[in-house]
Amino acid sequence: MAETINLQVLNRLLGWLGVDLPANHPLGLAMAAVIQCALILGIVAAGAVFFIWLERKLAGRIQDRLGPTRVGGRFGWLQSLADGIKLLCKEDVMPREADALLFRCAPYVSFAASFTAYLALPFSDGWVAQHINSAVFFILAVLGLEVFGVILAGYASGSKWSLFGAMRESAQVVSYEVPLGLCVVVPVFLCGTMNLVTIGNMQSGWFTNWLIWHDPFTFAVFWVYFTCAVASVNRAPFDLAEAESELVAGFHTEYSGMRWCYFFMAEYGSMLLVSGLASILFFGGWHGPVPIFELLGWSHRGGVLEFLAQLAGAGNFLGKAVVGVAVMMWVRWTLPRLRIDQVITTCLKYCMPLAAICFVGAVAWQSGVFGLFEAPLWSPNDLLAEKHRGEYREHWVLETAERDPAATVAGGRQPLPSARSGQPVSQPQADAWEETAVRPSSLTDHSGEKGGTG
Amino acid sequence: MVSHLDDPRVVEFDVRTDEMLVNMGPQHPSTHGVLRLILRTDGEIVSEVTPFIGYLHRCAEKIGENLSVRQYVPYTDRMDYLAGMNMNLGWSLVVEKLLGQEVPERGRHVRVIVAELNRIASHLVAMGTYGLDLGTFSPFLYAFRERERILDLFEEVCGARLTYSYIAPGGVTADLPQGWLEKCAAFLDQFMPVIEEYHTLLTNNAIFIQRTAGIGVLSSEMAVDYGCTGPVLRGSGVDYDLRRDGDPWYTKMYQGYQYEVIVERQGHYPQDHDYPPVPPEAVLGDSWHRFYVRMLEVVQSVHLLRQAFEFYRAAKDDCGTPIKLTQRLPKGEAYLETEAPRGQMGFLIVSDGNAVPWRVRARSSCFCNLSVTHELCRGCLIADVPAVIGSLDIVMGEIDR
Repeated sequence: MAETINLQVLNRLLGWLGVDLPANHPLGLAMAAVIQCALILGIVAAGAVFFIWLERKLAGRIQDRLGPTRVGGRFGWLQSLADGIKLLCKEDVMPREADALLFRCAPYVSFAASFTAYLALPFSDGWVAQHINSAVFFILAVLGLEVFGVILAGYASGSKWSLFGAMRESAQVVSYEVPLGLCVVVPVFLCGTMNLVTIGNMQSGWFTNWLIWHDPFTFAVFWVYFTCAVASVNRAPFDLAEAESELVAGFHTEYSGMRWCYFFMAEYGSMLLVSGLASILFFGGWHGPVPIFELLGWSHRGGVLEFLAQLAGAGNFLGKAVVGVAVMMWVRWTLPRLRIDQVITTCLKYCMPLAAICFVGAVAWQSGVFGLFEAPLWSPNDLLAEKHRGEYREHWVLETAERDPAATVAGGRQPLPSARSGQPVSQPQADAWEETAVRPSSLTDHSGEKGGTG
Repeated sequence: MVSHLDDPRVVEFDVRTDEMLVNMGPQHPSTHGVLRLILRTDGEIVSEVTPFIGYLHRCAEKIGENLSVRQYVPYTDRMDYLAGMNMNLGWSLVVEKLLGQEVPERGRHVRVIVAELNRIASHLVAMGTYGLDLGTFSPFLYAFRERERILDLFEEVCGARLTYSYIAPGGVTADLPQGWLEKCAAFLDQFMPVIEEYHTLLTNNAIFIQRTAGIGVLSSEMAVDYGCTGPVLRGSGVDYDLRRDGDPWYTKMYQGYQYEVIVERQGHYPQDHDYPPVPPEAVLGDSWHRFYVRMLEVVQSVHLLRQAFEFYRAAKDDCGTPIKLTQRLPKGEAYLETEAPRGQMGFLIVSDGNAVPWRVRARSSCFCNLSVTHELCRGCLIADVPAVIGSLDIVMGEIDR
């Protein structure tokens, strides 16, 4: 998305103004960054507003109530907005015992973590703020940072209930990161890449190409992933950190007004994020159950039609993610809460072994159970068969090479930035660049710039 | 328990870093009103729980010594505000016992109808709030949906939805309205299938069983020792129900009625429906059993109601007339315990011959039930504290009076 904004939108705008900005001028990149931040912030904030409304409405319907009906017409569309205004106007109370600085920081740490993870989440083919080859890893890592906000909040509040909430959160999230990572590894190794755009595109075509149908193990691992994702974003039945009936409100007991709102937005942001990740890893992302636009031939035609296809893909992706979030809400309003020991037991005794078994099983399946069968065993999504995967990569590299031939050298590999800038490069840095070397060519100059400044 | 260190100077040198005293309540979402608990915790493990009561004390017993017995009825409503009819009944019966005044047949059946209906409403709240204590919100609203209909029925009977003052010494304030029995019967017909939904949502739910089975096990000996009554006692396997075993002045109200006392006998609960069986994890006397007893008692109350409808239709006399405000009481004293939804609710009345009693005392069921908290919560986790307190189903209005 960065290059689109930078090259097309900005340059065109500046062209109208009569300013000629060279490609990838720092100023242009900075403006692109600001625009992207605003876009993502819009999605996260609007998403939170929508999900709070959805949650209230769903909870209402589940509980034989109507939910909001007054503000904003018949369905109470504007209820969350009204809530937001109320929260903005509320007095910001800080307990006397609180550690002022940390207390103030905590909501932003939480929100920033949830928000930053969106940087690597593609909404459609190539519609991603930052093409990161290790996007899956990046998202999991950054999402894990959210727990720091919660721990800070619990510690800095100066309330015992908050402290309990923070202790629970840290124990729980740290435990669930492990099976969550194991679950995510399965689709990653099937696709042979951590790039979410590539993973999504490898599932193009009919819904049988979705990774969840790849083999029984990916099917099983999705459910483990979903359980772990619910736990790692602190939703019921794993919402121990804010267990209302036990810890009053857990880590955000002492928060009010806008600060509390940031925790809320972080929670809903994370929910959408893990659901979106699931939708890309297991449900084809922006590739629908029926490849309408591919059948129509709009997908790679360029121009408005391709843009429309992309837009529909984004809608498709968001639709799947919202279904995931809605399921989380459904679960929340149905099940009682687990106890902390049961939560950890679920993680260590069930999720971990299941994820590990699924991982090993998927490996065995992919290798034709160690050579007993022609590898891999039957799967509806043939795109992921070994030879196809090679072809796909080939195709992808060729495609990028066509788009920007200058940037791609033989084999899709690019020279290391150090070779260009001539600066000495430490081994870890070189490894990092090696890692990011296979990427859409139009971003080459980004990596070059990183090499120059980093 | 000592909630502070004995010698304050010791704190300077010997701070226990592994233990924390946490104050739970009186403003806390799951202490059922204004109960205050001091938890001594080691991480998540609670080593000691001390309940503090008295935050809802309204001098109800002393007020009773300044009002005539008829005027005191509304104050009994406010003791166990979730079962106002049963409170009215207990007070009215003890006054009638003192007066030696019998209630006509029809009045007796009206009393059974409203008391059992209120028992259903009360157990519904117990079920719903127990769900809340365990972190599930929806059963609470499902329970309130049905309770709402019961309150509507009560509103038709006496004009009030919570504090009824309907049963008064001498009878009831008014006969049931025309067509009320049919409405009530229609409600019961719709209510019976809903009970199965509750069982699906809670009783049979794997997480619910994990959270309640084996938690807060109250042995039958301990239950008897602490004077626990009602579903708490029967959940521990003690076969004791005042409707069957109580004072003759009370049990004759239930003469002719067929019902089962819900208690586990040889590993089985008496039930005429296909409700979920006892899970293998559950231990007799744990939170799950207490919850289950309440759920089954609701069904028995429905049976009692259906019988009462027939008896009511057959009875040709009137409902009895409440005594006058100025009615003088005979010299003497009377004590009577009734089976309220939460256990034995006893009233003592001592009269010196005036219209105003000389002494009024109430024996609270929840007070005794609450007194086992520190035994049940010893060594459990913080999350189990609401699970145990909720299963005891306390109403602070009745404890503090």
